[in-house]
Amino acid sequence: MRIRAGFIPLVDAAVLVAAADQGFAAAEGIELELVREVSWSNVRDKLTLGHFEAAHILAPLAIAISLGLDYARVPLSTLVSLNQNGSSFLLGNETFRALEEEARGEPIGDPHVSGAALKRLVAARAARGEGQLVFAMTFPFSPHNYLLRYWMGAAGIDPDRDVRLIVMPPPYMVDALLSGHVHGFCVGAPWPSVAVEVGMGRILHFGSDIVANSPEKVLATRASFVAEHREAALALTRALIRATAWCGAPENRLALAHLLAAPERLNVGADLVLRSLEGRLRIDLQGTVREYSRYMVLESAAARPDVRQALWLYAQMVRWGQAKLDEAGRIAVERCYSPEIHDLALESMSGVDRGDGIGAFAGPVFDPHDLSTYLAEIGS
Amino acid sequence: MLRVLVIDQNRKRAEIVEAALRADPDVDVQIAAVSSGQLLPLLRQAAPDVLIVDLDLPDRDTIEQLRIANREFARPVVLFVDESDTEAMRTAVSAGVSAYVVDGLQPRRVKAVLEVAVARFQEFERLRRELDLARTSLAERKLIDRAKGILMRARGMNEEDAYNLLRSKAMKDQKKVAEIAQSVITASELLK
Repeated sequence: MRIRAGFIPLVDAAVLVAAADQGFAAAEGIELELVREVSWSNVRDKLTLGHFEAAHILAPLAIAISLGLDYARVPLSTLVSLNQNGSSFLLGNETFRALEEEARGEPIGDPHVSGAALKRLVAARAARGEGQLVFAMTFPFSPHNYLLRYWMGAAGIDPDRDVRLIVMPPPYMVDALLSGHVHGFCVGAPWPSVAVEVGMGRILHFGSDIVANSPEKVLATRASFVAEHREAALALTRALIRATAWCGAPENRLALAHLLAAPERLNVGADLVLRSLEGRLRIDLQGTVREYSRYMVLESAAARPDVRQALWLYAQMVRWGQAKLDEAGRIAVERCYSPEIHDLALESMSGVDRGDGIGAFAGPVFDPHDLSTYLAEIGS
Repeated sequence: MLRVLVIDQNRKRAEIVEAALRADPDVDVQIAAVSSGQLLPLLRQAAPDVLIVDLDLPDRDTIEQLRIANREFARPVVLFVDESDTEAMRTAVSAGVSAYVVDGLQPRRVKAVLEVAVARFQEFERLRRELDLARTSLAERKLIDRAKGILMRARGMNEEDAYNLLRSKAMKDQKKVAEIAQSVITASELLK
């Protein structure tokens, strides 16, 4: 079956790109055609109107569409959680220096410290009659919006009153920083690194400093597609699960970086992609490198849609006035993130390392349903 | 008077849409190209009732902000979908157009504007295709026809989809359509 899937050129499209370009989809009898898009609005419209069967999409946007918070309510199904984490807060040099001054010698890498410093900076700017600080993020229903708000909210800053949050396409953010239209932004790789490379700013936080396991992108289809083409949905899910395992293996990172760097995919340097995949980012012009293995999580253990994460996102939507809290909403969110298809796909697979949730360095695989066999195998 | 703003990176296409919309005395049309994040100031200044946007414009996401927070804009902006049928929107998206309206406008008037814009986008695409074909030599056209035939049989596509597939592959690989057609023919001969 032919499946058209939209994607935005970002490192976290990795699993989808690998599924298409490394043959995992073809092995499942799926002719997976990837279509590069320029905006989340296009991804949304083409997915909901039926121009695409599937898409690499912001996790909260998939939920918002399912809830009908956007223009039309179209129930979506999450087949695979493509990644967690991967974004950063970047501040322009001048703003970073001002924030550092307000931190009064405390470690600015601690979000409590940076948040408190931001609150003081906001107050100082207001007292001096300077304009509000402007922060860019990618979409109203994006992890980046919620991460910035969470950080500000924890410091007692009202993100709707004390600062300005604006939506901006990621490739424009560096320019906007240069021209002084924004003071900082939150966006996924590789854009913060691009700003660092050109000497325009410094990475203040990784998204994982704010939320350790931040849901980012998912692979979603219309629920009606799953209902009408169950076998194809299962086959696509199997392909994505295999692609996730491949992407998660450190020995494949270089090959993955080259797949992603290709002109028809991200069209950026493979080295920049590799550093994002490895969680090894230059955070300032002096070349200070910050390493964190969970900077961007692409791994089998995180691929199963986790309804807790969906409900957390729903709670953020309610918190910031985008959604109402009610039982119908909760049910719609749970349906969007139901692991049913994912689990069925896993059950139908052989020869794949599903992970047992324990990850012991030597076998056997732990089976929580059959402890005696496990114990017999381990020889106790 | 309905204030329409057409935002298109393709100046020529925007002018064609503009000319077509001027035929309606009730429409005041303005065209603009947008570069790097200048959309919000433009919208504030033009304050359109209807916004016709080229789908290839990355700035489309910026418009979402107007739909959520009204702080940026006096009247909320909604994505135009005729509630009774999403067909109009589907056709528009296929043609590469999206439309936004300020809340409370009569859908019928907006639909007429959208139809004009969509028709011009489609016509522009058709003209471009014809121009493409006119530029290719007869020999190349024969190759393309053969490759189209192979794709139509092998993948159950119609002629237009087959051509579009060749064309998009050619664009991605930065090759001529005829070169891609030749590869399709070679591959199919090898696979016989």
